[in-house]
Amino acid sequence: MNAIFLMLMGLGAMALGYFVYSKFICQKIFKVDPNFVTPAHEMSDGVDYVPTNKYVLWGHHFTSVAGAAPIIGPAIAVIWGWVPAFLWVTLGTIFFAGVHDAGAIWASNRNKAKSIGAVTGDIIGSRARSIFMIVIFLVLLMVNAVFAVVIAKQLINFPSATIPVWGAIVVALIVGQLIYRRLINLLVVSIVGVVALYGMIYIGPMMPISLPETIGALSDNEAWIILLFVYAAIASLLPVWMLLQPRDYINGIQLFIGLGLLYGAVIISGPEVVAPAFNTDVPAGTPSIVPLLFVTIACGAISGFHGLVASGTTSKQLDKEPDLRFVGYFGAIGEGSLALAAIIATTAGFATLADWQSVYHAFGQGGVGAFIRGGANILESGLGLDETMAQTLLTVMVVLFAGTTMDTGLRLQRYIFQEWGSIYNMPWMNKGSVATLLAVGSCLLLAFGAGGDGSGGLLIWPLFGTTNQLLGGLTLLVITVMLVKLGRPMIYTLAPLVFLLVMTIAGLVIQLKGFYVKEDWFLFTLDLVVLIAAIVITLECVATLTSTIKERKAAEAKE
Amino acid sequence: MKLEKIRRLIRDASQFAEEAYNAPFRSAVARARREQDDLFMLLIFSEMMGVPNPASYYTLELQPIMLEKFHDWHKRMGMPHSPLDQFKCC
Repeated sequence: MNAIFLMLMGLGAMALGYFVYSKFICQKIFKVDPNFVTPAHEMSDGVDYVPTNKYVLWGHHFTSVAGAAPIIGPAIAVIWGWVPAFLWVTLGTIFFAGVHDAGAIWASNRNKAKSIGAVTGDIIGSRARSIFMIVIFLVLLMVNAVFAVVIAKQLINFPSATIPVWGAIVVALIVGQLIYRRLINLLVVSIVGVVALYGMIYIGPMMPISLPETIGALSDNEAWIILLFVYAAIASLLPVWMLLQPRDYINGIQLFIGLGLLYGAVIISGPEVVAPAFNTDVPAGTPSIVPLLFVTIACGAISGFHGLVASGTTSKQLDKEPDLRFVGYFGAIGEGSLALAAIIATTAGFATLADWQSVYHAFGQGGVGAFIRGGANILESGLGLDETMAQTLLTVMVVLFAGTTMDTGLRLQRYIFQEWGSIYNMPWMNKGSVATLLAVGSCLLLAFGAGGDGSGGLLIWPLFGTTNQLLGGLTLLVITVMLVKLGRPMIYTLAPLVFLLVMTIAGLVIQLKGFYVKEDWFLFTLDLVVLIAAIVITLECVATLTSTIKERKAAEAKE
Repeated sequence: MKLEKIRRLIRDASQFAEEAYNAPFRSAVARARREQDDLFMLLIFSEMMGVPNPASYYTLELQPIMLEKFHDWHKRMGMPHSPLDQFKCC
């Protein structure tokens, strides 16, 4: 099968989802009201609550939710064949992610733009809220640990990317100063920044840099991981305008350029999909596709992380309520299209089936490396880019995403530690430097505890998926309860919720058994914690929903 | 006529870029700025609170200008009324 066909099918289905399904959901289920005074207007303060143009808001929402995760997940999951991954990404985006993201904005918007955690506390209860905090913390922890491992691996595999990856930080620092001091116009700066980044991508392959294989007692992989965390710790302590803001901005532009290049190259070269539709000959040790597929691809099909962005910042800036369809639902589609690009690169980017099989020789192999190699082959045949250069370009794209997520994630983790410090009256934990050290320490513990050489780092990927899905489940629960209270049909959010909970718990149990057999007690404990959280959440769901439905029925009977 | 059109296009584009650059970080930047302002406030009123300040001769002049912000500041710091006897704002 030709990849162009796959691409058109996927994008076509998502477009249909946007024009038909999201319209139905927003008008008939959420009943968005153009006359509703959004919190951005009601509490407008020029800082947090600012009515924002819907295209700007979409760009912001999309670039904050899209990162390395929708690339890593599908790139691992195509081991079961391209059909399951493709179906889960498209159907997941249409029926799960879009509804979840738009719903999270809606729920928050109707609750004074509070964060979804606070809304959970109001609507479900304080117990659910505490679980929410723990799950958020675990998600951040795993994201930081996994991304550090992934970046380190790519820097070793593709040493040509070392200069552009670290150079991008310097570019961002300079751009940040230029804009902060209002030295040049932003439009000029953006062009200069992007040109500088691509200039370094051009230079990178000529000057590949890699660390020596051992540095003291550390391997090169371990050294990169530690260096990355040192960077992330410093970056998370700097004022946002200095590094994070320009870095995010350039990344956003880079995201659109990267997606455009990749899809453009697919259209021009029209590669054949060489991976099997359903892989009947999976390598030994590959877990069962159900439920693992549904936790391996989290971002790109549905991701609880989006709910945090949607309710934390996006809902405070929503100009008109109907905008949430474009911002939330179309944001999810943007992310789905990134996941689709990852599927195409990892299934159509290899010359023969044998090549593909040699990459996907074991579960957890392939991954980002396969995306970069496959994607580079497509870029080479489609746009005539040099192979190393194409690889450098894609490596930079993935690493920049993962890197920005790391410094944002670490910053958020620091806030959580600081909050705990003030809740439990431990002033020493309130200090920025101490909280950052604690955050970095817990991430390093996870990165090295899960397999110090880094090869085991991706072991926690499916575990990250389960935690992320749990977060998504909690958000869907909040939306469902709100819908029940309003007397509207709940099936459109309840069905994804039930599906998610079943798959997550099944996935956790299977992984638990795997860790037990391997006697990996560290991950066993972590899995157990997530499993307990999942069971508690399920019980909360059942209890809250039954009581809400009863109340509703009693109220109806009275009328 | 055409030049005018191009100029307008560039102006719109740069406004859009400006918005895209600032919107995501508006609150983080404002919060950081407020923290700096709080420190500045502390410097201005340090003499009144018993902290010697060699520049108090100059900062005294700034006090009336800061009156409005002072009210927000002491409320943010968890004091319902002005903590200073000589400086009442509410």
